[in-house]
Amino acid sequence: MKADPRDVFTGTYYIDGDVAMAYGALAAGCKFLGGYPITPSTEAAEAFARIAPRAGARFIQMEDELGSIASVLGASWAGQKAMTITSGPSYSLMMENISLGAAMEIPFIIINIQRAGPSTGVPTCTGQADVMQSRWGGNGDYEIIALAPDSPQEGFEFAVKAFNLAERYRCPVMLMSDECVGHMTEKVVVPEASKIDIEPRRFYKGPADAYLPYKRDPDLVSPIVKAGDGYGIYITGLSHDEKGHPVLESGNSYDLEHARALNRKSTDQYLVDKIRKNRDKIIEIQEENTEDADVVVVSYGISSRVAYRAVEQARQEGYKVGTLRLITVWPFPEERIRELAGRVKGFVVPEINYGQIVFEVDRCAEGRANVVLVPHGGASVHQPEDIYAAIRQLLESKKRYENVFEFRTILERKVFGGGMLKNRS
Amino acid sequence: MLEIRFAGFGGQGIIRSGIIVGRAASIYDNKYSTMNQAFGPEARGGACSSQLLISDKKILYPYITRSDYLVAMSQEGYSKFESEVKDDGVLIIDDDLVNTDSTKKVLKIPSTRIAEELGHRIFANVVMLGYVIRVTKAVSLEAMRKAIPESVPERFVDKNLKAFEKGYEYA
Repeated sequence: MKADPRDVFTGTYYIDGDVAMAYGALAAGCKFLGGYPITPSTEAAEAFARIAPRAGARFIQMEDELGSIASVLGASWAGQKAMTITSGPSYSLMMENISLGAAMEIPFIIINIQRAGPSTGVPTCTGQADVMQSRWGGNGDYEIIALAPDSPQEGFEFAVKAFNLAERYRCPVMLMSDECVGHMTEKVVVPEASKIDIEPRRFYKGPADAYLPYKRDPDLVSPIVKAGDGYGIYITGLSHDEKGHPVLESGNSYDLEHARALNRKSTDQYLVDKIRKNRDKIIEIQEENTEDADVVVVSYGISSRVAYRAVEQARQEGYKVGTLRLITVWPFPEERIRELAGRVKGFVVPEINYGQIVFEVDRCAEGRANVVLVPHGGASVHQPEDIYAAIRQLLESKKRYENVFEFRTILERKVFGGGMLKNRS
Repeated sequence: MLEIRFAGFGGQGIIRSGIIVGRAASIYDNKYSTMNQAFGPEARGGACSSQLLISDKKILYPYITRSDYLVAMSQEGYSKFESEVKDDGVLIIDDDLVNTDSTKKVLKIPSTRIAEELGHRIFANVVMLGYVIRVTKAVSLEAMRKAIPESVPERFVDKNLKAFEKGYEYA
């Protein structure tokens, strides 16, 4: 299905990532934003509020974060594509209802413009420290999808992609951006509606008396109905069966086949399996020069653009350095990292936190390749020199690292002649 | 690749300056440009800067390495970013607001005073832009004349264009 022309504000703009994401959400058919605006995501909510009426969409500023995310779940059950926009401590406050949304299998997205630090942190400055919270923030087991754009143009495109994935898999999708991309201004091209692919909501079309809210299609996702359409549905945060009725047997099976063999009624297993078993269709990465690489830099969001500067310099000097950018940070491309780990010397992982995705890379490297974290406490981006120094350190190291922390920024930068980036062409 | 830093206080239109030139470059001159902003939690008055990159090629690393130009409209902005300017780079300052002891090339324009003569100091950044564009040739004059009306409130378009021409003439 193509986008509705009424939702797409075709044109060429010079706007920041926040605003681009608002345009993208609208283009995807989002009709509801329930939010409690917070820096550095405010521009996205402002832009949405300004443009939304022209697309027949609504913005409600709720009383707080709990109300915001709850209103999103309600709007989505009412049949509309819905989202919230948030950051930092507000995101934390939403976790309970994210888990509820995952358990009820409600399609929705959250735009999270990450700021620096824990708690209130540094409101106007960047961070990438919500990576693990995005996946594990709510209680219990469920899987989500998270996308990390690296430019305002991708902010637009990934907002559409996020809604499409949410509808496709009936799960929360995090548009996990950061302040740098949110506040970066670049040219953004919003194409014609006929050029934008939209995943329509998969509505149930069978007879009302045969409807079971959690009966699966072969791809493990169940069709959905609108609240108020006359179907008898029962929705709860309690673990439930195909009818949606509570059952008290969650967690007795170790995978979907086992659950089926045991004739388990709980549908909890599907919350993880519908993502895990479809991961090949979901995972997107972007690789450059990895074929013959000795070192692969794994990064996402703004850090991938900063890393580019270091990689460019290293390659100019003849070092074989490749890049792997995570477009979907979750699900994580485990198989690909395992493959690469068998033939590279190591991975360099710059991220604006003190170590999150690096542990995933290290886990998948299985001790076969060194993994080095280039940490950053946030509020600004890495010095490309530091990433460059980490690449050099890895290339020249003869030992197997004991942990991912064996890179000491200031020390190594001096050893490998950092601080001497060549002028750009 | 042209790298320009604008620095001043919140409320002076520092970030807006970056947006106007960036828009002129990427929308009307068909180049690539990336504008990044830095500001504090204050609504107005805090230190504020924007960095603008303009290139004929796609910009991957989106930040300044060494700036070709520093446009400083506050003493603090000057002090903070003077060392970032290339040895053969140029500082452009509002000389009523900034004292300089730099050994690098310095160009001066009393942009705030000129803006006040035009009616309001709020136009100081656009006066400065007129000067900056003539000196740096970062974007074409036509592109600026198209980008300014798109970037300011409708009722102030004429005043802003006039402020721009004033700065341009001053250079």
